[in-house]
Amino acid sequence: MTMELSDLAASILERSGSGEHLEVYVARGRDAEVRVYEGAVESLTAATSAGVGIRVLTESPDGMREGFAWAGSLDAGVITDTLAAARDNARFATPDPHVALATPDGVAVADVVTYDPSISSVSTEEKIAFVTELERLVRQHPKVKGISSSDYSDGEVEMALASTNGIAVSSRRSVASAAVDVIAEDGDEIQTGYSYTAGRSFAQLELEATAADAVRRAVSLLGATKPTSRHCTVVLDPRVVAQLLSIVAAALSGEAVVKGRSFFAGRIGEMVAAPGFTLVDDPTNPLAYGAARVDGEGLACRRNELIVNGQLQRFYYDTVAARRAGTSSTGSALRGGFAGTPGPGCRALALQPGTMSKDEILSAVGDGIYVQAISGVHSGVSPVSGDFSVGAEGFLISDGALGAPIREATIASTLQKMLADVVAVGRDVEWLPGSAAGQSVAIANMSLSGV
Amino acid sequence: MVVDVMQATIPAMTTALLTEDIAQRVLQAALDRGGEWAEIFCEDRSSIGSSLDDQRVESLTTGRDRGAGIRVVVGDTVGFAHTADLTEASLLDAVAAAASVAAGRTSAGPMGALKVGPKRAPLAAVLPETIAKDDKVALLFAADDAARALGGEIAQVQVGYADSRRRIVVANSDGLFEEDDQVRVRFMVMCTALGDTGLQTGYQVLARTQGFETFDEAAIRVMAEKAGRQAITKLSARPAPSGELPIVLAGGSGGILFHEACGHGLEADHIVKDASVYAHRVGQQVASKGVTLVDDATMDGEWGTARIDDEGHAAVPNTLIEDGVLTDYMWDFLRARHTGRPTSTNGRRQSYQHLPMVRMTNTYLLGGPDDADDIVASTPHGIYVRQLGGGQVDTATGDFVFGTSEAYLIENGEITAPLRDANLIGNGPEILSRIDAVASDFSMTVGTCGKDGQQVPVGCGQPTMRVTSCTVGGTA
Repeated sequence: MTMELSDLAASILERSGSGEHLEVYVARGRDAEVRVYEGAVESLTAATSAGVGIRVLTESPDGMREGFAWAGSLDAGVITDTLAAARDNARFATPDPHVALATPDGVAVADVVTYDPSISSVSTEEKIAFVTELERLVRQHPKVKGISSSDYSDGEVEMALASTNGIAVSSRRSVASAAVDVIAEDGDEIQTGYSYTAGRSFAQLELEATAADAVRRAVSLLGATKPTSRHCTVVLDPRVVAQLLSIVAAALSGEAVVKGRSFFAGRIGEMVAAPGFTLVDDPTNPLAYGAARVDGEGLACRRNELIVNGQLQRFYYDTVAARRAGTSSTGSALRGGFAGTPGPGCRALALQPGTMSKDEILSAVGDGIYVQAISGVHSGVSPVSGDFSVGAEGFLISDGALGAPIREATIASTLQKMLADVVAVGRDVEWLPGSAAGQSVAIANMSLSGV
Repeated sequence: MVVDVMQATIPAMTTALLTEDIAQRVLQAALDRGGEWAEIFCEDRSSIGSSLDDQRVESLTTGRDRGAGIRVVVGDTVGFAHTADLTEASLLDAVAAAASVAAGRTSAGPMGALKVGPKRAPLAAVLPETIAKDDKVALLFAADDAARALGGEIAQVQVGYADSRRRIVVANSDGLFEEDDQVRVRFMVMCTALGDTGLQTGYQVLARTQGFETFDEAAIRVMAEKAGRQAITKLSARPAPSGELPIVLAGGSGGILFHEACGHGLEADHIVKDASVYAHRVGQQVASKGVTLVDDATMDGEWGTARIDDEGHAAVPNTLIEDGVLTDYMWDFLRARHTGRPTSTNGRRQSYQHLPMVRMTNTYLLGGPDDADDIVASTPHGIYVRQLGGGQVDTATGDFVFGTSEAYLIENGEITAPLRDANLIGNGPEILSRIDAVASDFSMTVGTCGKDGQQVPVGCGQPTMRVTSCTVGGTA
């Protein structure tokens, strides 16, 4: 009884009542995971899932009221109950003139490919072989004592979204990834390194490079000591920069701004970053892991220039945040599958590349530290206040090159200051899983805490 | 177009998730396919959430998720499959998928009869589903009102209410058949204050494994005021210091330090892979004398509380560190079985779609002989942390961070200036050996613990205590 999801979504829309606006999100998918340890399969997971999320907006003199309900099933009876629950839930929301479903805005949908059909023809044996080999390769290094995990996972998900406002879209996405967590040892000392590879298909995964990167990250930290506290220039690894961009982007959310929860509020047109800093969210870039044709409300994804040459250009919006701010959606609605409601978010952040390689940046910096990984992002960084303090490990930079490894240190500043203190943006752009690309970036005047 | 109606409607929460007959047949099918051990985990979860932001109730959300996860074990290999359809046919399909790890093996023979455990009614005086949605929404407005009444500095208030009811049934080929009915409620307030120094936030959460009796308007107002004051206080906060300093952690959320500094490192999955600094150290002094650490899912109403774990075993408390000596790790059933010891009942999973792992429940440090005020008074210079925001650990190295969300300077034995948020960084075994004072006060706090992408509710507890030296990641 497999039916097209778009037909199912359309059939649910037919049940909308008068004075009622309906949006239906239906999705189904398949996942597989293989975990290997010491050359043997530790676990093998195969699963399918499906679900529905329904938003009901009811009209009232003071604006719309929104109700939402979801269920992890596409059975007809469950859908009926979910619709009834969403309707009932709408009675309790505060009427709001800004609440509305997205209206088609005429922006053309970019032709981005997010699905590779080969994903469904990878055999379990191939997956096991890949991740077993990943473990074998990392264990070849004499300093590698073991691994915490070596995993492969893939999946495909299709969704359809339709609303009584005339939205009717569908999309399909495939992902494959593998990751390894390495433990290196030298005498009593332990260091760890983690690396991953990801793509839309199994064929895109990089075996040797991933193994080598994980080993390098662990082994090169052996001998690390706690650095002396001081102020210095910090060069961030591309992966760390991708994390940083996602945090900066949280403060550029039009919803955060309009609700008074962003340090960027009221600063459009001002210089908020160093002149060499241009930040763009472009889900139409096929290189981006988060590339997408349509957003979480069914509008075309589009290129949004957020900060250009250091000047704050614009915020990004979904429909409701845009109406609250008196503007229009930037096609930036994100939703966490069928169980989530849309909210503004970025998919494909990247800095405009600079001219220098990583080595040229190290050479130009001369003295400072190179940060390979950070920790405690959720507990030490606030996109509201801008306060920034994270755990850091990496290397000293001396005489323009990487020196001794360091650990158990923190780097701190504020996001406002860090953006202004960007002294170099690398040309080494690397698209990473998640919502941002990374590249080497140097930031001056950060506080390094150690001994 | 033909739509096949599989179910007339979602079954009420009171109908059986899994009958003994079906469980017996499905488990036997797994053994017949060559599985050495098999398990069915059925779950039916209904939840409601509502959030108020910018003085409006933005949305009321209800969710329903039911399904089953099937594990089939052969040697050290686990096959896992899950389905959202609890019919016998669908469970048998899931068995076939999970039993792919047993391909080519012969039947393990007939399993014994199921030993059906007790019925467990929800531990809630007032089931949240019996409370009108209006009454839940009213709490949101009460919190908003209380926070905004603090003054014009409060620029924004976000309030969230959530409750859930989770019925589970676990049956395995050893004959275990246990069920539980778990009710949880949660309320959170986040305030944003605006001043000359910019924006600051304050955050409070109240979460219990019990019913709607948790809430009364007065308590909600107190909590909202606390979040609001925290944000306002931080407007005048100075940057946190940078470098090594003594820290005094107030009773309650400081428990996160133990969750990170050693809790994760005592989880047997890290131990058996030799991926923890605490491996091979049972019987050794791993912390200062006076440090006794317990993980206990049986605490009354705490956020990590449950009567059975997610592998169906009746929860028992476990002492992990006694007077500084490591006494035991935390185990789930399969790893314990492999090692030939009983489970410590720490097998937990986010949902039927996830494999169980070794997880903490409520982890706390027992009270000591010292007086909380004396600990501060005897600290000439340092940091007083009243509330922590979270943390992260690398179990293999023991390096961990935890972030402050309310902290003050200690000068000449007195709590003085408020500090901006910062992370603190340390190494687990080193920090545990630097605890030189533990007070007799005690309180618990709640958290959401993430491991391998799975989120579970946990409790953390701790009396006021002092660490003689820890690196503070500020800028001053």
